Amino acid sequence: MELQVNGERHLVEVPADMPLLWVLRDMLDIKGPKFGCGVGACGACTVLINGVPTRTCVTAAADVDGEITTIEGLPDGERLHKVQEAWIKHEVPQCGYCQSGQILAAVALLEEVPQPTDADIDAVMTNLCRCGTYPRLRAAIHEAAGMEG
Amino acid sequence: MGKIAKYTRRGFLGLGLAAAGGLAVGYYYYKKPYPNPLPDTLAEGDFSFTPYVIIGSDNTITIITPRAEMGQGIHTTLAALVAEELGADMDQIATEHGPAAAAYYNGAMLKEGAPFPFFEDGFIAETARGAMGVLGKFLALQVTGGSSAAIDGFEKMREAGATARAVLLEAAAKRWGVDASGLTTERAEVINQSGGRLTYGDLASEAAKLTLAKPPALKDPSEWRILGKSQPRVELHEKVTGAAIYGIDVQLPDMLYATVAMSPRFGAKAKSADEAAAMAVPGVLNVVEIITTTGYGFGIIASNTWAAFEGARALALEWEAADYPADTTGLKALWNEALDKEASFTLGGEGDPEEAMLGAEVIEANYSLPYLAHTTMEPMNATAQFKDGKLDLWLGTQAPGIAAMATAKLLGIEPEDVNVITTRLGGGFGRRTEVDVPLYTAAIAAQTGGKPVKVTWSREEDIRHDTYRPMAEARLKATLKDGMPEALDYRVAAPSINKSVMRRSFPEFAERSNPDRSILDGSFDQPFSWPHSRFAAHQIDTDIPVGFWRSVGNSINGFVHESFLDELAAAGGQDPLAMRLSMMKDERHAPAREALKAVAAMANWGQALPEGVGQGIAHTLSFGTWVAEVVQVDMRGGAVKVEKIWAVADPGMVLDPANFEAQITSAIIYGLSAAIGQEITFDDGRVMQENFYDYDALRMAGVPPIEVALLENSPRMGGAGEPGTPPLAAALGNAIFAASGQRLRALPFGNEVEFDLG
Repeated sequence: MELQVNGERHLVEVPADMPLLWVLRDMLDIKGPKFGCGVGACGACTVLINGVPTRTCVTAAADVDGEITTIEGLPDGERLHKVQEAWIKHEVPQCGYCQSGQILAAVALLEEVPQPTDADIDAVMTNLCRCGTYPRLRAAIHEAAGMEG
Repeated sequence: MGKIAKYTRRGFLGLGLAAAGGLAVGYYYYKKPYPNPLPDTLAEGDFSFTPYVIIGSDNTITIITPRAEMGQGIHTTLAALVAEELGADMDQIATEHGPAAAAYYNGAMLKEGAPFPFFEDGFIAETARGAMGVLGKFLALQVTGGSSAAIDGFEKMREAGATARAVLLEAAAKRWGVDASGLTTERAEVINQSGGRLTYGDLASEAAKLTLAKPPALKDPSEWRILGKSQPRVELHEKVTGAAIYGIDVQLPDMLYATVAMSPRFGAKAKSADEAAAMAVPGVLNVVEIITTTGYGFGIIASNTWAAFEGARALALEWEAADYPADTTGLKALWNEALDKEASFTLGGEGDPEEAMLGAEVIEANYSLPYLAHTTMEPMNATAQFKDGKLDLWLGTQAPGIAAMATAKLLGIEPEDVNVITTRLGGGFGRRTEVDVPLYTAAIAAQTGGKPVKVTWSREEDIRHDTYRPMAEARLKATLKDGMPEALDYRVAAPSINKSVMRRSFPEFAERSNPDRSILDGSFDQPFSWPHSRFAAHQIDTDIPVGFWRSVGNSINGFVHESFLDELAAAGGQDPLAMRLSMMKDERHAPAREALKAVAAMANWGQALPEGVGQGIAHTLSFGTWVAEVVQVDMRGGAVKVEKIWAVADPGMVLDPANFEAQITSAIIYGLSAAIGQEITFDDGRVMQENFYDYDALRMAGVPPIEVALLENSPRMGGAGEPGTPPLAAALGNAIFAASGQRLRALPFGNEVEFDLG
């Protein structure tokens, strides 16, 4: 099977039903996508597939057709994505475990809706955060919406 | 960054802990309780001045932060404490968790375990607090818990910085042939009166040979440049780029993968297991039995995590029956039987409530609270390699020393032969103090022929094998006099967390564990003057494991006590705020009064609100921090919409305002998730919930705006991570009462009223 991850091509041999999450983490050593629930309920494993936020713990690797972007592939070289910059400015992360998934979900939201309202954010940002970083996360999305880049 | 990167990489991989050469230095001044664990670990050109500071000859400064970073920002605060006294700026400093070692004991945590209210300063209370601190040293508990890390580090870390600065000044004075008193420091450089400068790195090797005659003086807070001001968190960059390494991300050469399938009936052994079916799953390599003080079950070893999960499913395990009532109804009956019997112990109280109630109209209420799981975002996991009689253990842990002791015992080796490497923690909330994860991991690592193995629990395993916040049942009676509270009879039935934890960690001491004050924390120790009161604990004992859940017993009694006060205010026709203020008569209760008045002002308490909209108020003092909260709900649409939350916290001294505010907000949302919808229930002897679809927490849309203010009236420093949780459920329930007249006495409230979560 062939996977295109962060601009690199990978050949892997895995069972047809193996979720993309475990192929990324255990086979390709790409640890940004996190295991949280295994049933698509928390969003910690979110990556972008052709720009669409996808929960990889319930996506069979064999079904993936497209370019996969994980948090590792988000910066442009050394330059962080504006959403990452906004996350640092608002000091969003606490334990940080869910933040790769949150950031990628926010990137996808801003691609679709460059100036989201609070209601837009509520509708799309459904990833779980047990540290309760939601208020700063919301502020950081609004911040990123106002940034160039 | 060369040296720091070296130390960091080596420290993380645990390879350099005994191997590195270099000029190790034995000196440090710190009441010399334990050997400095650092010299053996240093790279060439690095010098350690205390167990907390390493300075490289290239002027790199690494501060050892021996508490777990689980999102509470403690590494930043501990680094700031050192930097303030060291004469360096935050941008010059790296942090490193450091090894598990006795020198990093946490005295502040056990101090507050003594059975006295925080504000009680009497001789006996002080003596008991001191004795508990000594006990912590004895057990060398390098624990992150009890909201204690900054309090514990407040003296130690500043002393460490001041000590290092003093020997660096001495070294510079010798080099220049001048008196040290004329020298100053700035950005990790010593400056003489003619403007000459020497970097700390340049002086490190000479300074490391010096000793001090007396401890250096610490700065007066008025001179602080760093402390008291918000600092950028030290680990933000790695956490927005996916670079942070949590336990689950550990990757070692030739590593195997595994998971566990433990008995869902606590204390019960396996009846049957289809090992052949598990072995038939592609990628499964072995199935091993696990027998430990924390549970029975199997480890499934495989070539990847997914295969291990599939193997665990294929095992189709059957289990013996459990020794406790099989369902929640039966368990509640057991709790209520305990309430019918004599109390196990009482704490605090005054006067004679029984006599005071004779002939008076008695107000009675029963409260119920469920078991709760922690559900850290990162499921339980650890990685271990057991080779040549030594165990390397990569663990996101709040208690590395305890993990070392427990795994050593299991494997029949010495604790010194266990090397715990603490990773980042994907949430802790008390769960990552436990020994079950290290024990199962060590048991599996003992059967891999010396290969490293990463053990990851499924979310289902994580929720069904937690160490739960205890279920509790409370029976309260009170009487009023002239509309004001007069007598209180407060009884709560709950299992002892201490006993449960000791049984898992140090079983030989379990039966000697003291009465567990946490059963009553948040009730008897609150700042109220009752003419007559009695606080009684009815201790339960079952095999269902209970543990430390963010704010521990305060999460139970904060709800019960503050809800009941609201009931008494309603019965007496009093304003809930005014009644509380008039019960806080003692001078030592002043911080509570100020916090309540401040939060009331923020929320415009007492304003006319539309029919169906209401505000509720509550205050709990826990972990030395006084927290008052107001919740506003709107029920005009039928369902409960939580509109806004205001909070005022007084920890006496705020070292980092932005971080403290984040912790209070976090604790409020943690409490709000639990109050609205979380409960662990039992049927057939096992936990019924298994994943986020039946044990959820709030998402973005369900979280209202939260406004936090901080005060510094309290005479002693309090904690940050937990105190925001206890008042929340009561403030929410009281708001629902204010909006609807409906009194909720059982958590979670979502069982009785519908919530509008956006």
